[in-house]
Amino acid sequence: MKDKIRIASGQGFWGDLIEAPYWQVTKGDIDYLVMDYLAEVTMSILQKQKNKNPFAGFAKDIPGLMRRILPFCTRKNIKVITNGGGVNPEACAKEVLNVAKELGLKKLKVAIVVGDDIFSRINELVSNGHPLKNMDTGEPVSIIKDKLLSANVYFGAFPIVEALKLGADIVITGRTTDTGLTLAPMIYEFGWNEKDFDLLAAGTIAGHILECGAQASGGNFLGDWQSIENFAEIGFPIAEAFPDGKVIITKHESLGGRVSFETVAEQLVYEIGDPKNYITPDCVADFTSIKLEDMGNNRVMVYDIKGLDATEFYKVSCSFMDGYSSSASLTYSWPQALTKAKAADKILRQRLENLGLKFDEIRTEFIGYNSCHGPLAKEMDEDLINEIMMRVAVRSSDFNSVERFGKEIAPLILTGPPAVTGFAGGRPKPSEVVAYWPALISKKVVVPQVKMMEL
Amino acid sequence: MKIRLIDIAHGRSGDKGDAANIGIIAYDDYGYNIIKTYLTEEKIKKYFEGICFGEVKRWEMPNIRALNFLLNNTLGGGGTVSLKHDAQGKTLAAALLRMEIDIE
Repeated sequence: MKDKIRIASGQGFWGDLIEAPYWQVTKGDIDYLVMDYLAEVTMSILQKQKNKNPFAGFAKDIPGLMRRILPFCTRKNIKVITNGGGVNPEACAKEVLNVAKELGLKKLKVAIVVGDDIFSRINELVSNGHPLKNMDTGEPVSIIKDKLLSANVYFGAFPIVEALKLGADIVITGRTTDTGLTLAPMIYEFGWNEKDFDLLAAGTIAGHILECGAQASGGNFLGDWQSIENFAEIGFPIAEAFPDGKVIITKHESLGGRVSFETVAEQLVYEIGDPKNYITPDCVADFTSIKLEDMGNNRVMVYDIKGLDATEFYKVSCSFMDGYSSSASLTYSWPQALTKAKAADKILRQRLENLGLKFDEIRTEFIGYNSCHGPLAKEMDEDLINEIMMRVAVRSSDFNSVERFGKEIAPLILTGPPAVTGFAGGRPKPSEVVAYWPALISKKVVVPQVKMMEL
Repeated sequence: MKIRLIDIAHGRSGDKGDAANIGIIAYDDYGYNIIKTYLTEEKIKKYFEGICFGEVKRWEMPNIRALNFLLNNTLGGGGTVSLKHDAQGKTLAAALLRMEIDIE
């Protein structure tokens, strides 16, 4: 058993800094690179892509990234774990193996974790007594069945552990929890078992700290952000994990950013509910048990963590079609920028009403004034306002109303208040609103499968 | 004495469906006592009037001198349904840190 492993975060979401995983494998020593690509909305986008093309449906960045990092990973024995397989881990793995072949690698084991995609099983599950009730509203999934776009179960760390036991160099999963990606190598390397809840909670919390990339190492830091050095080459966080569950959060020394009590604490409170009950498929972690010790030199120790039994359920993330939306903006300059923007909004709304269009919501925000803090925005002396961007967004189940809204923006330039600009790129087109349906399902009816694909 | 929250604390906010989470972390124990005393659920609900249309829940995390708030019915439907420019509530922690507190 190793006495320590170093797990590096490479991506916090699909669209994150492309150089980050390359830096993680080249600028210092690590044992694992973990990359989270999936947000709730991502799964539905990927499902749509797969519907059009059976070879699509995964994070397209992965093959290109592998081309750059695989030579380093093989030489330095770095394993890669990612949930970027989306709704098509197999197609993703095939592309990665093709890249490996082109690079002249002789040997590579790529494991995929599947079974999370229950989209095609919905009818069967519902008729077998699994109503997939919405966790917020209590309504059964059957009411949106015809509008469903995707349905995926969140798996935890253990299927990845199985893949590592089979000797995988790369593990590509579908919908796996972000925290499971980081926890899995700890379970595998240190021989933790499914009942070691304190240890599982420790790895889960390390995963929570790593899952949003540089948000734990100085990015988006609301404290003394001006003093963070070298944002341009910000180092993503690395979890140095020990068999007793102790974890030291750090980063590569030559890269920018900062790992401190404050930067880690900010990530700990990010997107959590009840801190005593942080529920994952692997355990329930208690965030109020965490002890944080700033050791200096960009090292923060995280220890003394307590956890409880996992629940009997997996979380399911479904997405469904829920109408159309569109947004558009125009910019008004001094003088009276805000007054003019407000007048333009009134004119626009009058025209939409006169046309008899139907909207579930029309929302207007004045960027430069209140788009972030709404009614909390403080009054401003209008003569000091240089410019205001009016942003109007609409949502409706009626496609035609949303489409017509897009045709009513540009006319405001010649038919409304003066000193206005910023309308380019043509009429905004309606986009499909993909809504999210969270549910629970018994762990007994969904079984993860691990498949090995080799060069 | 009036103090601004941003002078004694920092924080981060994000989305959980249509709810926004705001974590506020005090820089020291003195600050933690202040936020624990003054940032009640009622006070937060009133402060975010016109933004938060649901229940506010608060949890204490004394281990990191933090409070976590969940503001239900706050993000205009959340996710891709929301028409808000800040659909994920990313700037709400900053909005809260702008609060002035009158301490005794």
